[in-house]
Amino acid sequence: MTSLGERKRDRIDMLAAQAGAVPTGEVGLSLTRSAFRRLRRDPVAIIGAVIVVVFLVVAAFAPLLAPKDPIAQYLLSEIRPGSIPGAREGFPLGVDNLGRDLLSRLIHGSRQSLLIGVVSTVLGVAAGMTLGILAGAFGGWVDTVVMRFVDILLSIPSLLMAITVSVLLGQNQWALMIAIAVTQVPIFARLLRGSMLAQRGSDYAVAARALGVRPARIVFGHVLPNSVSPVIVQATLSLATAIIEAAALSFLGLGDPDIARPEWGAMLASAQAYLSIRPWLAVWPAVCIIVVALGFTLLGERLREALDPKFRR
Amino acid sequence: MLRFIIRRLLQLIPILLGLSVLLFAWLRALPGGPAQAALGERATAEDIARYNELFGLDQPLYVQYLRFLGRAVQLDFGTSNRTGRAVTTEFLERFPGTIELTLFAMVFAIGVGIPLGYLAARRYGGFLDSSSVIGSLLGVSIPVFFLAYLMRLVFAVELGWLPGSGRQEVRIDATRITNFYVLDGLMTREWDAAWSAFVHLILPGIALGTIPLAIIVRITRASVLDVVNEDYVRTANAKGLATATVRRRHIIRNALLPVSTTIGLQTGLLLSGAVLTETVFAFGGVGSALRDAITNRDFPVLQGFILMLAVVYVVVNLLVDISYGLLDPRVRVR
Repeated sequence: MTSLGERKRDRIDMLAAQAGAVPTGEVGLSLTRSAFRRLRRDPVAIIGAVIVVVFLVVAAFAPLLAPKDPIAQYLLSEIRPGSIPGAREGFPLGVDNLGRDLLSRLIHGSRQSLLIGVVSTVLGVAAGMTLGILAGAFGGWVDTVVMRFVDILLSIPSLLMAITVSVLLGQNQWALMIAIAVTQVPIFARLLRGSMLAQRGSDYAVAARALGVRPARIVFGHVLPNSVSPVIVQATLSLATAIIEAAALSFLGLGDPDIARPEWGAMLASAQAYLSIRPWLAVWPAVCIIVVALGFTLLGERLREALDPKFRR
Repeated sequence: MLRFIIRRLLQLIPILLGLSVLLFAWLRALPGGPAQAALGERATAEDIARYNELFGLDQPLYVQYLRFLGRAVQLDFGTSNRTGRAVTTEFLERFPGTIELTLFAMVFAIGVGIPLGYLAARRYGGFLDSSSVIGSLLGVSIPVFFLAYLMRLVFAVELGWLPGSGRQEVRIDATRITNFYVLDGLMTREWDAAWSAFVHLILPGIALGTIPLAIIVRITRASVLDVVNEDYVRTANAKGLATATVRRRHIIRNALLPVSTTIGLQTGLLLSGAVLTETVFAFGGVGSALRDAITNRDFPVLQGFILMLAVVYVVVNLLVDISYGLLDPRVRVR
């Protein structure tokens, strides 16, 4: 999706590189910095980043941005079975079946949805990376034991796994986050282990070992920093999955039951009952989920390409 | 090849054992334990003690686990708290429905996805390409159950083109042989029953197939783009082979290898998605039964169903691995 001008420029850069000349501006850049540089030039990545930043800002300033209290009830006299008041003065998106302002709920909901996405991904990454480091750094029987455990976790389809954990922990927001995190642990563990094993045999790791650098230092100082880029990419993509999965769990009745914290997934799930009366009640939270998920996905995909040396020019 | 298959089968054993330990521990770890789970929240302490004695729950844990394992091998997961019927019977009654649904979804996803991904790659950067890229991004971002509700609202409720709930017209008194409704209809020559069952698959099948479709389009496109730049394609072209031959024998065949692994991985996604779509369409498969079990806290059903679905998932992935070995001789060596 690059424009013609840009493609031409890339082509020139490539020819220049083949001719032995170093293209200006890329002299001695580290992989991370050149990746960042390419991301900044990539319109798709920018769209993704803008989406993410906008929603983060909305979430951060939700109480200031929301015109109304998200749990206060209005227009109750006009709500009847089969009729929910639509958009009007003061209620740009109308109210839900309990008379709560939809726009305010969406704005406040961004907090909870993003929080669930971020916390569950962080938990998943932390646990998955720990397992991955254990397996990738020690190898041998530790690797076998850890990877068999990961295989077992992977053998349950993700939503079923989340259901199992969620039923066990009960219904609250922490259970929801942990349930989603558990489904991500095996992915990160496998990813990091694979990428660390690939780095372990590399020249610099062998050189460090030959120089007598302590094993812990080799793992944390050399191998790990060179292995994390696929994890970063996957984490960005996982943020999208986590938010969608939270919606699915809410739909199955395993969400956060606290009504003081509106959340898109729960809003979407409860709006299904009114779909034929006022479809917008479901459409708006769905749009929010789709757009945020799209933002994280776009950013993650482009990050993958930017960090992949295959695409490096 | 035989050694490869045997080795993969042996690798299955620790996974299945681990799975059984996990789900055994799960039921024990529930608040109140299995007795409370079976008797409900209003059970008295005496009831629980009697139940524990009756089912050997006062024995040491490893004895309990071995018993559980012994029964699980015979596919005995106890009875449902709600209906009182054997969990396995219920599973076997409903699973054919889910198989029909996931097969439909998969055929839809593959049948549309591979050609679409291939064409998108051929017209790289064109309209079809960009719209399929955008479409596949949207496809993975949309919550499945919302899409299912939307499709049901539009095509079943508003337009009335397709049925929006159930597995078959209620008024059709079809003969049941295998519980695969379409197959049953064909076998007994009750054409209307088969047709009705098939029509009932369309909406939930397409809704369920969307995510795999999006992923298959993306993988096919990427892998075709990878392959067209390979040396052997250039060689084939340089030899003067017909373009059609190069495409068929060299590009498509090699490009489909990564696609076939992805298809195997989609099974888990389909089983997960089935829980959601079946609920929306009141489709009487294992997915909607699971949802009912969650609402009613029917733990034996949850335990048995999840364990059996996980086994199905593992076995399907094994079959995919083996077929991958058949397709690509390089895999067998490792």
